[in-house]
Formats: sequence, structure tokens, C-alpha cells
Amino acid sequence: MNVALEEQSRLKTNLVGLQTIVIKEVVRLLRIWPQTIVPPVITTTLYFIIFGKVIGSRVGEMGGVPYMEFIVPGLVMMSVINNAYTNVVSSFFSSKFQKNVEEMLVAPMHNSVILLGYMTGGVVRALTIGTTVLLVSAFFVEEMVIYSVWITVAVAVLTATLFSIGGFINALLARKFDDVSIIPTFVLTPLTYLGGVFYSIKLLPPFWEGVSRANPIVYMVNAFRYGILQGHLKPEYIDINIYTAFAVIALFIVFLFSLALWMLNRGIGLRQ
Amino acid sequence: MQALEVSQLAKTYRNGVVALQGIDMNVAAGEFFGLLGPNGAGKSTTIGIITSLVNKSSGTVRCFGVDLDADPAGVKRQIGLVPQEFNFNQFEQVQQIVMQQAGYYGLPRREARLQTEKYLRKMGLWEKRSGNARQLSGGMKRRLMIARALVHEPRLVILDEPTAGVDIELRRATWSLMQEINDQGTTVILTTHYLEEAESLCRRIAIIDRGRIVEDTDKKTLLAKLHMETFILDLAKPAPDSLALDGYAHRLTDATTLEVDVTKERSLNEVFARLSSQNISVLSMRNKANRLEELFVTLVEKNESLT
Repeated sequence: MNVALEEQSRLKTNLVGLQTIVIKEVVRLLRIWPQTIVPPVITTTLYFIIFGKVIGSRVGEMGGVPYMEFIVPGLVMMSVINNAYTNVVSSFFSSKFQKNVEEMLVAPMHNSVILLGYMTGGVVRALTIGTTVLLVSAFFVEEMVIYSVWITVAVAVLTATLFSIGGFINALLARKFDDVSIIPTFVLTPLTYLGGVFYSIKLLPPFWEGVSRANPIVYMVNAFRYGILQGHLKPEYIDINIYTAFAVIALFIVFLFSLALWMLNRGIGLRQ
Repeated sequence: MQALEVSQLAKTYRNGVVALQGIDMNVAAGEFFGLLGPNGAGKSTTIGIITSLVNKSSGTVRCFGVDLDADPAGVKRQIGLVPQEFNFNQFEQVQQIVMQQAGYYGLPRREARLQTEKYLRKMGLWEKRSGNARQLSGGMKRRLMIARALVHEPRLVILDEPTAGVDIELRRATWSLMQEINDQGTTVILTTHYLEEAESLCRRIAIIDRGRIVEDTDKKTLLAKLHMETFILDLAKPAPDSLALDGYAHRLTDATTLEVDVTKERSLNEVFARLSSQNISVLSMRNKANRLEELFVTLVEKNESLT
């Protein structure tokens, strides 16, 4: 086989491999829908009821919009983050645990294909849940107008990508099922709750506002909120610069993707 | 053409366990090669390195001339692996498992579907294609792993203990399948604990022990090294007290069962002639132990005393 044909054949193998992993992940997501799709939608609906309707009615407005409208982008983003991470960490760790990850490791696919396949699975789940939560929110807000569909979708996709990679790294390092829930419980949840989902960080004392700016989730939540509510929010309630937010997310993606690929190539957590 | 060339392959695990101490091994294309060894000898580590599931410490592996370090994907695409443990997703459908493997090897979905049908039918699993893998019996699960390994039609198939824990009927069926694969030109490497299996299938055998290849030769040469065999003779009537077989070590295990040790230089006909001259009839005869088993034990014990 000449070099060009050989390269073409390898490219085809990788593309078909990627398609196979993505289909497998989407089928898994749909097969266990009572575990993957229903619970996050129910949880977020409860947030809408409790924080939006019950407590929100006493809060009134935040940043010039009703409190319910203010928290919708944050809650959607919270679903996106949790589901992207959880999907990849549980799926890849299960494959590792059952050893069927070996099916992929012995195959002639590039390691980046395995990583991209799982990332895509995570993004699909995150966007499915995010969209569902956004649709559910329509029942709780008086008016839902998306300021910029492009910014909104771009932030959601990039955030889902970022946390899918995070989930993948967690799965590589995990040795037992307990290790799968440590990061979501002790890192992701606090960072998300303190990431401006329920409030503007401008409301915090200057010191804590500064500390909050070190939380990457602040940039994602606020960029998403910007995509939906820009034009309605008072300028002083826009916590971050949208370009800074995109830069922060992109930087994290590049760093974590490189790290995950390096770990895969070294066989960390997979090969002895 | 060599299907596999392993040179100075060494592996030391992070916990300090030395699994391989620089082994050399060559497998010619089209060969049926047996890799035998006791538990912990280094068989699975060797296979793990060849199939990219284990990182080597040093040495080289070439598969059909392709170097594993230079082109891992080029090596992987030529190999089909049947591992020792069930390593498929038990909650997936049988057909899905095989089709996915085809996809990982770059077979487009249409082709993957056809190949999956071909090998599931061959393994007698086509009727079970829509069921979950966990619903299959142990033997069926093993056949599923063989179908999965063959779906991309590799040039080299590696079977790691493929008949461990399966019943005799299925073991025989697996043997004939492996033979069929090899007859079609596919190189087969088999690791097994069943020495009878290696003796009846493999044309070339390597014995590995404590991370070293202690023997690597064709089966005939290997068996020729066996100096003595013990035969068990079932006699028609109880042997008389005066039974004499001068020059042959022998013993009666019960009144009608006689064990005779026959060295390579002596003839079995002579034993029968002497028994016949004493009016002793033999109803049947069998080897006391598998020939290869005896040799295996001898070689492993020898290696043990050297280390």
C-alpha cells in the first residue's frame, strides 16, 4: 500500500472508530434514560420551584430581571456541568472496571479518538439535559428571550467539552467506584454553588468577589447568562467580560485535553 | 515471513515483580504456535505487551515486519485477541459487542454488520444476537469473544487460555475452530494449561517459566527429548506372581493393571512379546500421562533448580 493510501486507510479507521464510540455512548445514554435523563430534570425542576417560585418571589429582582429569570442560566449551566462530567466518568470507569476498555485499547485507533468519542458522549448528554432544563424553565418564567443563540450555544458546548474531559481524567485515575464521586461531591458541587448560579458575585464583599474570580465556573455561568440575558441585565450585574470568559474556557480545554491525551498515551490508569 | 518477532523483551512491574527477563521468540506466518508455562510464568504479560495492553520495560516486538514502537496501530490492526477473562460489556447485546469491535478496527457499519453476522453464525450465536451478553452461558461467552476477535479477519490470532473452564464438548469444538482458522492461513498463538491441547494443535511450542523461555522448538523435536514414557496395560487376567519383564521397570497397581516404563531405546513390541510368552493377554493400553506434560514438568523443574 502506498503512503497516501495507507494514511487514508488510517484516517478512515479513526473516523469509523470515533463514530462507533459516539454511537455506543449515545445508545448507552438512551438505554439507561431513567438514570441519565430523568433525575437531573427532576432535580432542576425542584430548584425552579424552591429557589425560583418560593424563595425567589421574596427576593424580587436581581440585576434588573426577576430572580427566576436570573437563576435559569445558572441552573442550566449546573446541569450541563454535572451531566457532562458524570456521563464520562461513569461510562469510562465502568468500561475500565469491566475491562471492556481493552476492546478499544487493542484496536488500531489513535488514543485521541477514544478521548474524543467519550467527550462527544458527554457533550451530547449535557446538551440534551441542558436543553430539557431550559424548556422546563419556560413553565416558570414569564418571558424567555435568548439574547444571542450563538453565544449561548457556544458557551454550553465548550463548558460541556471542558467537563467531559475532566470526567475522563477522573475515570483514568479512579481505582474504585468511590473515586468516581469524590471530585463531583467535594470539588464540582461547591464550585458550582459558589459560581454565581444563584447570585451575582458583585453582591459579595470585595475579598470574596476576588476569590470567586478564581473559580472557573463563574466564567461559564456568567458567559451563559450573558448569552441569554444580555440587554435585560443591568450592566453592573454583568460579572465578567465575555471575551475573558471564552479565553478562560478555551485555555482550560486545551490544558485538560493535552493532559488527558498524555495520560492515555502513557497508559496511566489503564496499562501496567 | 515472520508473523511475530520478539527480541529481548523484558518487563518489570512497578511493584518490582520481574515478569519477563529478556525473552526472544519468533513465530512464522501460518504457524500454530503454543506458549506454555505455569501460572505467573509470564505468558499473559507477553501477550499483553504484544497487544498493547501492557507497557514493556525494554526489547522489541515486530508483527509481520511492523515495529510496535514505531507503528502501534500498524501492529494492532493485524492482531485479534481472545483474552482469558470475559472482558465485554455484559449489559450490551451480543450483536452490538461484535459490531463495535469491527467499528474500532475501522470497518464501516454495513461491512461490520455483514462480518458480525458471518462470525456469529459461525460460532452458533446468531440466534442469540439480540440478547444481552450476560444471559449467555459460559461457553457461549467464550465463543462470543472468539467471534469478536475474528470480526476484522486478523492475520494473527492470539488465544489466551481459550478453553479454560469449558466442558469437553465445547473444548473439542473450539479446537476444531482454531484448526480451521489456522488452515485458512491465519497464524495462531495459543496459551494454555491443557498440554493435551497444545500437543494436538500446535506445530511449534515454547515453554516459558519465571520470565524466561526454557524451550522453543517444533513439537516433534520437543517430544523426542522425552526420554521415557510410562504405559498402563489392562490385563485380561490377574498377573501371576512370577511375572518377569527384565530390563523394564514395572509395577502392578492392582491385580490386572500393569505399569511399564519404556525408554526411548527400547521397543514396546518387546514388552508385548514377553507378556505373551508368559500367557498374559493385554486388553488395552494407554499413556500414563500426557507426553508433553511430562516434558513440561521436567523442563520447569530443571529451570527451578537452575534459579
